[in-house]
Parts: sequence; structure tokens; C-alpha cells
Amino acid sequence: MSEWIIILIKIICALVWFLVIALYLTWVERKESAVIQDRIGANRANIWKFRAIGLFQPFADAIKMIFKEDFTPKFSRKFLHNLAPFISFFFVAVTISAIPFGDVLRIGGREIKLQVVDFNVSLLFVMAMLSLGIFGIILAGWSSNNRYTLLGGMRGAAQLISYEVALGLSLIGLILVYPSLKLSAIVHYQGEMLWGWLPKWGVFLQPLGLLIFFFAALAETKRVPFDLPEGENEIVGFFTEYSGLKWGLFMFTDFMEVLIVACLLTTLFFGGWQVPWLYADGFHFPWGGEWLLPHGIVVAFQVLAFNLKVFFFCWLQILIRWTYPRFRYDQVMDLGWKLLVPLSLVNIAGTAILLSLIG
Amino acid sequence: MAHFLFFLLAIICIASVLGMIISKDQAYTALFLIVAFVCMGGLFGLLEAPFIAAVQIIIYAGAIMILFIFVVMMINLRKGVGPEKKKWTMYFAVVIAAVLVVELVLTLKGTLEPISSAALESLGSPTDLGRLLFTKYLYPFEITSILIIAALVGAIVLVKKRDKE
Repeated sequence: MSEWIIILIKIICALVWFLVIALYLTWVERKESAVIQDRIGANRANIWKFRAIGLFQPFADAIKMIFKEDFTPKFSRKFLHNLAPFISFFFVAVTISAIPFGDVLRIGGREIKLQVVDFNVSLLFVMAMLSLGIFGIILAGWSSNNRYTLLGGMRGAAQLISYEVALGLSLIGLILVYPSLKLSAIVHYQGEMLWGWLPKWGVFLQPLGLLIFFFAALAETKRVPFDLPEGENEIVGFFTEYSGLKWGLFMFTDFMEVLIVACLLTTLFFGGWQVPWLYADGFHFPWGGEWLLPHGIVVAFQVLAFNLKVFFFCWLQILIRWTYPRFRYDQVMDLGWKLLVPLSLVNIAGTAILLSLIG
Repeated sequence: MAHFLFFLLAIICIASVLGMIISKDQAYTALFLIVAFVCMGGLFGLLEAPFIAAVQIIIYAGAIMILFIFVVMMINLRKGVGPEKKKWTMYFAVVIAAVLVVELVLTLKGTLEPISSAALESLGSPTDLGRLLFTKYLYPFEITSILIIAALVGAIVLVKKRDKE
């Protein structure tokens, strides 16, 4: 019985973390774009004149979106039209269950993994859920029964399945290096040291794989350099016929995707919750120093390290989104099929040859 | 819990396959098929074969069906062309269905005994699956991949515009 309660608590904690951070990413996006464009950004939302640099803005946005009219056009296929935003949202939201936030937490003789479910093939689980999320876009574009939304949905489907190929291939090199499909095991392997001092993070062992994964994942979030499905100045996008909270769900899903991409980058290439030279009993520095810490502090360090890395990658993605203009459609396809896919094949072959030479 | 999940997934799977056969709108047919594939993935997961479950969803539901839906929506037929109804096709269909049922029963007969859990474990893990593919089943595996590549090249050659002679 107590195991069920623990799982329930873990699900609630992970979901609340996911949704709150994604909600505040909208605020980060507004502020960061404002700084880039020499503006102040959202700062008017207040509680009794208390503004707190616009920190209440996401909640004001949410309340506005909930009370807007939710309009379903007469010519749409009603059931699918209503279902599409929830498909999009659901399949991104479940991926958080496979992300390890930290190592094992011991309370009162009980070992709790800081991960909702430790699947056997959690890496593939995340990929599967992200690939099912595409149906939300296609269905939204098609069921609206509008030519522009249909174009948006088509572009979205073509772009996302093209980049899924590069995304999947870029991870094969990583699986060769860390022989497991379990995210928790991949993070554990990254705790080992190379030559006694360099942590075995994916960024050092798979630099090319990291680059390919990062570009492909950026395309999967379908935000600005790759926002062909939306293309707001040419086709308005696949969610043209949505309003109110359902449109909000599509927008929110984009931010959740940014967050899950940051989580995956951290977990796969930057050691997840690993802090360099931090072991289960404290720091052991390669130059001989030691700093022993109690168990609770070590776990706090791990969770903090995971969060900091994730925030860094969220910031980086938003920076890219506000820096580069949109690619043309043929450029996106060329980049995916003619550059990223061959490069990832080179990466797989190179990694395999190196590994067989070493041992 | 496992029993409950099994029956839930099995019922949804069969219902969506029925829906696929009955529905006349091609887009809905494809969507029902996707639901069936996802349920199949779930059933594989319940059978301790998580790798096959994930691959089932990634490849069938995630990649192949998206291409299907892509084409169906591009062509955008609202109502499908009704099947041609002739008397003899119905009798023929009944005969074929009967043959298929007999075949199904014959194949199922050998697999209905409970499998030992050791056999289940080797079925599920990606390492063992990969090892089997590259040792015991090497030739079938390579021949299948050559066939798939041949089909791909053939499709491209057929679709490609010919130069004016």
C-alpha cells in the first residue's frame, strides 16, 4: 500500500514541477525577448500594487485564457477538433515520468528512486511518446477543415518525422558508449571518470552526437528557427481555428517541449543529476582533497545540479528562438536529410570503430 | 491490476479494429488503426517485452501511420468509394474467412501453454534480441533488410520524373 502512496506522491511532485516550470518559461521568454529587443517586458500584473518584476504574469495569462470564449467552428470535425489539443498535451506530459531527478533517497530504511517509473527502456519510451504527440498537430490541422491549418498540419508532420530520424540515429552512438536504454543507468555510467579526473559525460564522449541531437530536438519543439507548422506571417498555423484554453494548451505544449528537451539534453549528454567528483558519501577531488557530506545534502546537491542544468538549456533554447529568423521549407528539409542524417551515420560508424579499437 | 489492464487493452484493441473495418471515412479508419497499434504496444509491455512494445509504438503508430494519415488527408476524400457488392464475392469471402480461422486456431494451439518466465525474459531484453538477430537469424535479417532497401529504391525509381527523350 505504501508503495502506491509513494508513487502517487512522485507523480504529483513531477507533474507540479513540470507544469510550474513550463508556466514560468512563458515569463522567462517574455523577459528574455524584452532584454534582447531593448524593452522592459511584462511587468504590470500585480497583487495590491505589488508587481514583483512581473512574476504574476503567467497566472494572469492563465486566468485570461480560461475565461475566453471557447469557439468550435461549425465546419470542423467536432470530436477530433476537441480531442487534438489534449493529445498534444498528454503525450508530452507523460514523458516526465521517465526523467531521473536524482539518485536514491533513503528515508527511514526505505530507498526511494527520484524518478517516477524506472522503465527498462525509458529512452525508447520517451521517443515513443514524443512521436505520438505529432498526431495532435496533424489532427488539429486536418479536423479544423481549413486550408491554412491543413497546410500547417502537413508541414508539421513532414518536419517532425524527418527530424525524428536524425534524433533517433544520433542517440545510437550514445547507446553504444553507455550500453543501456535505461535513463537511470545512462546517468550512472556518466558518473565514472575518464583518466581519473574528467567525468564521462556525453558531451565529452559524443560531441558530434550532442550537436545532431540538439539541432534535431530544436526542430522537434517547432519553435522559431523551425516554426514551419506555425509560420505566423504566411499560413498562421495549424491552430488557427482554436481559441481560449484549447489554443492555450497548444502554446503551453510548446513550452513543455522546450523543458523536456532540456531535461533530455541534461540527462543524456550532461550527466543528469551528476555533480563532478560528487559520490554517495561526498566530494572526492582528483587532486586528493575530500569533503564528506551527509546523505540528505548529497541528494539536495544532485537535484539542484539537475535543475540548474535544465534551466541553462531552457535559457539557451529561448535565446536561439529570439536570435535566428525562420528557415525556408526546403532549407529545413535539406538540413534534416542531407546534413543531420548522414552526419549521424558517420557518428555511429566512428563510435563503433573507436569502441572496437579500444576494447 | 495486470489482468484488468490486459482486458481493458484487449477490448479497446478489438473495438478499434472493428471500428476500422466498419468506418467509411478513410481518415477515421487510419485513426482506429493507430489506436489498435498503441493497444498492441501496451499488450507487449504487459508481456514483459518492453523493447518490442516501444518499437511497436515508434515504428507502427509513430512513423508508418503518420505517412498513411498524411496521404489520406492530402487526397482528402470525404466519403470513401463504396465497395462493389456482388453475390459471389460474399460467398468467396466467407470461404476465405473460414480458411483463415482454421489457420489461426492451428497456429494458436501450439502457443496456448504457459511459457516459463525464463523464456519470457530472453524475449524482452534488447541485448538478447540484438544478439539473436545477428547470430541465429543473421541471414533472414539481412535478406529482409535487402528486400526493404530494394522496395525503397524501386519506389523512388517509379515516382521519379523521366527526362524527355
